[in-house]
This record gives sequence, C-alpha cells and structure tokens, in this order.
Amino acid sequence: MRTLKTALLAMAASAALLAANMSRAADIVIPGAPAEVPLNWHAIVMFVIFVAITLGITYWAATRTKTATDFYAAGRGITGLQNGMAIAGDYMSAASFLGIAALVYFNGFYGLIFSVGWLVGWPIILFLIAERLRNLGKYTYADVASFRLQQGPVRTMAAIGSLIVVLWYLIGQAVGAGQLLHTLVPQISYRESIVIVGALIIIYVTFGGMKATTWVQIIKAALLLGGATAMAIGVMAHEDFSFVKLFSDAVALHPKHMEIMKSVVPIGAKANPIESISLGLTLMFGTAGLPHILMRFFTVTNAKAARKSVLYGTCFIGYFYILTFIIGFGAIVLVANNPQYVIDVTKNILNLKGGGSMPAVYLSHALGGDFFLGFIAAVAFATILAVVSGLTLAGASALSHDIYASVIMKGKATEKQEVWVSKLCVIGLGILAVILGIAFEKQNVAYIVALTFSIAACANFPILVMSVFWRGLTTRGAVLGGYVGIFGSIGLLIIGPTVWTKILNMGPALFPYDFPTFVVLPAVLIVSFLASVTDNSEGAKKERAAFDAQKIRSETGLGAEMAATH
Amino acid sequence: MSELIASKIQNNPKYHELISRRDSLAWTLSAIVCVLYFGFILMIAFTPDILTSPISAGGVIPVGMLIGVGVIVASCLLTGIYVYRANEIFDPLTQEIIREASK
Repeated sequence: MRTLKTALLAMAASAALLAANMSRAADIVIPGAPAEVPLNWHAIVMFVIFVAITLGITYWAATRTKTATDFYAAGRGITGLQNGMAIAGDYMSAASFLGIAALVYFNGFYGLIFSVGWLVGWPIILFLIAERLRNLGKYTYADVASFRLQQGPVRTMAAIGSLIVVLWYLIGQAVGAGQLLHTLVPQISYRESIVIVGALIIIYVTFGGMKATTWVQIIKAALLLGGATAMAIGVMAHEDFSFVKLFSDAVALHPKHMEIMKSVVPIGAKANPIESISLGLTLMFGTAGLPHILMRFFTVTNAKAARKSVLYGTCFIGYFYILTFIIGFGAIVLVANNPQYVIDVTKNILNLKGGGSMPAVYLSHALGGDFFLGFIAAVAFATILAVVSGLTLAGASALSHDIYASVIMKGKATEKQEVWVSKLCVIGLGILAVILGIAFEKQNVAYIVALTFSIAACANFPILVMSVFWRGLTTRGAVLGGYVGIFGSIGLLIIGPTVWTKILNMGPALFPYDFPTFVVLPAVLIVSFLASVTDNSEGAKKERAAFDAQKIRSETGLGAEMAATH
Repeated sequence: MSELIASKIQNNPKYHELISRRDSLAWTLSAIVCVLYFGFILMIAFTPDILTSPISAGGVIPVGMLIGVGVIVASCLLTGIYVYRANEIFDPLTQEIIREASK
C-alpha cells in the first residue's frame, strides 16, 4: 500500500506543479505574438477536482482489490443500477457526446439516425446475451464462447478479435483526447494531453482494477448526464420550451435551411440503400460485441442484476441521445453565425474555431459562460479517461486471462501470476495507447468506428450467440467463422472507399461500401455452419454432447460464478 | 453441478417450460426491435420522402424525427417489458426448478 500512497502523492504533486507551471505560462506575454489565449481556469480546476476524486476512489478500491475476481470483476458486487450507470458511462464516449451533437449541428436530422442505431443494440444484448453471459462467464466473453469448446484455439481467436477492437478504439479515444484538451487548454500540447491520459488510466486500472474503473465510469456518467441535461434545459429555455420554435429557428439560421430536416444521408451525399442497411447492421450488432461492454456483465452479483443493468443502461443512453439531439439543434441557433466561435462569419457561418467537434462545447459557453464551458470541457475529458480505462482493462484481461493463463499456461497459472500479468499488460497497453495516439495525430481516423464495430458485429457477436444457442457449433466452426469475421472486415475495409481511396490514394475502391457487415456477417454464419456440421471428429461429438450441461447453467444460473463475500 | 442434479433438471418439464417461454419472449422482442429499426433503415433507403414530409402542412418537424425518437422510446419500453416478465415469471420458475433438483 505504501507504493500506492507514494504514487498517488506523486500524481497529486505533479498535477499541482502542472497547474502552477501553466499559471506562469499564462502570465508571460510574448511580444509580437498573436493575442494570447487566456488560460481556461474553470476547466482546469474542475478537471483537477475530478482527478483528485477519482484518485481517492482508486486508493479506496486498491485497498479492497485482493483477488483476481476483485481485479477483473469488482468482486461481482456491483448492483444493477450501478452497472447500468457504468454501462452508460462506457458507451457515452466523448465521441458520441461531441460527435452526435456535431453531426446534428452540420447535418440536422441525420444525427438522429446514428443515435437510433447506437441504441438498438441494447435490447438485443438484454434479450439474448446479458443473463447467459453472467451465468456462463468468469472474466471475459471468451470464457463464454469457449465454454464447451477447445480452450486454446477459441480463446486465441476471441482474444485477437477483442484486442484489435480495443486497440483501434483506444487510438480513436487517444487522438480525440489529445485534440480536445489541446483545443480547450492550448497551453497543454497535444502530446502532453495524451501522456496525462495515459498516466492517469495506468494508475486507475493497475491499482484499482475493475472496482476503480467502474466507479470512475459511474461518476463520469452522472456528470455527463447532469451536464447534458443542463444544456438541453438551457436550450429549451432559450426557445420558450417549444420544439417547434427550436426547429424553426434552426431552419431559419442554418445555411442549408429546410435541408437539415430532410437529411436522411449526410447533406451533399448520395443516398445508398445498401450502405444504409450495412451501417444499421454494424451499429446494432457491433454494440452487442464490444469486449469492454460485455465485460461489465461479469461485475454484477447475479443474472437478475445483469438484466436490470441493461434496462437502466438503455434508458440512460436513450435519454442521453435525445439530449444530444436537442444540444445539436441548440448549437445551430446559439453557436452558428456567432463571431465569437466561428472562424469567419463572412465565409461560412458553421465552421468553428478549434474544429468540427466543438459545437457542444461552445454551446455550453453560449449558455453559461466560462464556468459552464469549463464544466463541460472537464466532463468531456473525464469521459475520455473513463472510457480509456474500461478499454484498457478489457484489452489486458484478454491478454492475461485468455492468452497467458489459458492458452500459454494451459490453466496452470496461479491467480496471483495472472493478476500480475494483467497489470503489466495494463501498463503496456497504456504506453502503447500514448505512442499510437501521438503517431496517429495527423492521420485520418475516420474508419475507426467502421473497423471496431464491424469486427464486433461480425466476429464477437455471432460466435457468442451461436455458442450459447446452437448445439451444433464446434471448435472448427467457431474458429473459422471468427477469423472470417475478423479478417473479412479488415480486408474489405482496406479495399473500401475510406482507406483505399482517401488514405492510400489507390484510386477507385475495389469494394464500394464503407461498412462491410452486410457481406461479412452472412459469410461468418455460413462458414461457421458448414464447418460445424461437416465436423465428425470425436472432439466435435463431445462438444455437442456438452451443450446440455452448458444450457442448464446458462438458463438457471446453477454453477455460475458467485459474488465475493468480502 | 453434479450429474444427478443435471439429469433431474433435464427431466423436469418445468425446465423445458422455462426455456421455451423465455426463448419465445426473447426472440419475439428481438424480432420486434429488428423490425422497428430495420423498418426505419429501409424507409431511409427506399422511401425517404415519407420520412422527410412534415407532420403537419407547413410545419418544420418531419415524420422521420418522430419515428426515430419513437424507436428510441420503444427500445426502452421493450427492455422494460422483458425485465418485468423475467422478474414476475422466469425467476420464480427458475427457483422452483433449482429447489426440486436439489431435493
């Protein structure tokens, strides 16, 4: 515990030092330099308070994290409501808060289509997998996929799928964190921002494990929901609490006018039915296959709590998306055409200083001045910290629990060794996220959502559902199907319009769609089916025979992992 | 879980009742969510005119906005229905099955 105390003290000291440094930096006026941007004190103070509270929680969690179950699954002591908040926290990333508001700000109605797609995966998770996941699994979703199959090959496949999703998701979050913090507090450079994020999440996760990660997530979800609610109320108060007035004002002010109420595709893009359907499949089933989300179901006390947590989570997320929609339209009314926020109102009344993700941030300033801007900025940054922590823990558990303990050590590693490896992986992944975040600063990362959600929708989700519901699935079917999902998604994305044409400059795309799910998902199902039914090996017969026992456990919870008693 | 308990459960008609009732509810609700959502997506793809027409003549709010918000609200309601049914019916049934198996 002494090391932890020292580490926390060191962090607090360096945070204070950083703040002190910046206050001096703000005082120095470089002669001849362009007007110095004033230091965003509100944001920094609120952010430091958030960090102090979360480090306190990490300390508390660390004193209560002794076993592997504590570390990976918070001792399975999380209640349904708490997990519902944490799920919502994991899902409401800064990208969806700032991103959907920005999508609405530029395109109007179109933003709602994303919100709907990002929500409808949740009922599916509840109806088909949440309770069964809790009953069958221990720490990772690979526990469930490989329950009656061969551990080595199935876990390797599942871990590869998880790690690719986690790593790319991390890159997206790290780049977002760097840009956001640097824009809000220009005195902190892009690199420094990412290093701060990396250092904080390594401390949260290595010391506090899932307990700290969950509580950071809960606090952040409460702050984000509170902040977004205040913004939406502010917008509605400005518009006399009339949606008709809000939308009419937005239509009148937006340069595309009535177009923003008719944008079923991004304004200026051509409608493409197959692309729409594929996007729909990707968002819906991708949600149900994200490893850091699935991992949350192992933290609750039992299947009943898992079930409740999805209900709470779905309601929080649905409510939040409706708020972001109001916020986006509010930004059209209050932020667009305002010379304080727009680069040059004479040229384009929408283009904002600081880039495309700023509408929600400036709206907070328009509504509540520097104080509210500081609050929303700190919340957005807290959001990134919390999401990155969850991702890092999911990635580390795939490496330590699936690859190290099950594949390399064949189940012979002690719990202590496994947790140690896991902590090393957290540190490794944290450092990797920092390096990749810096390396990808100027890269086009527009394909990240498509990549991560496609793999989750085409590999993780179908293999999970088949192993739980279909007696006939064998190791061969699961592994072949899983790899078709992973590499099919990656391959088609590389030859698709975003990567092939825009990033690699190789000319017209060989595969003309941005979202490959509509091709890959059926291919995965067909390959898994054929490879399973043609498998007549002894092993396959045993795997089918083991289905009944698995079914009893998944349906009744008999034999499921118990909550820790301490 | 012992073989004896497993075979008792396997031979208990209530266990099969639990599975069939829960599966039929779960897959029906899943189908409803898919129909609602992909209905919305297919309208975007093939009949955008319906979605973009205003709900009242001369108004600004399009039909699609109500449908989109409706799908979000319906998702929350359907998860609520499942949780309610599971608490009321499936949990007591599961408890009975476990009690009878450990007798």
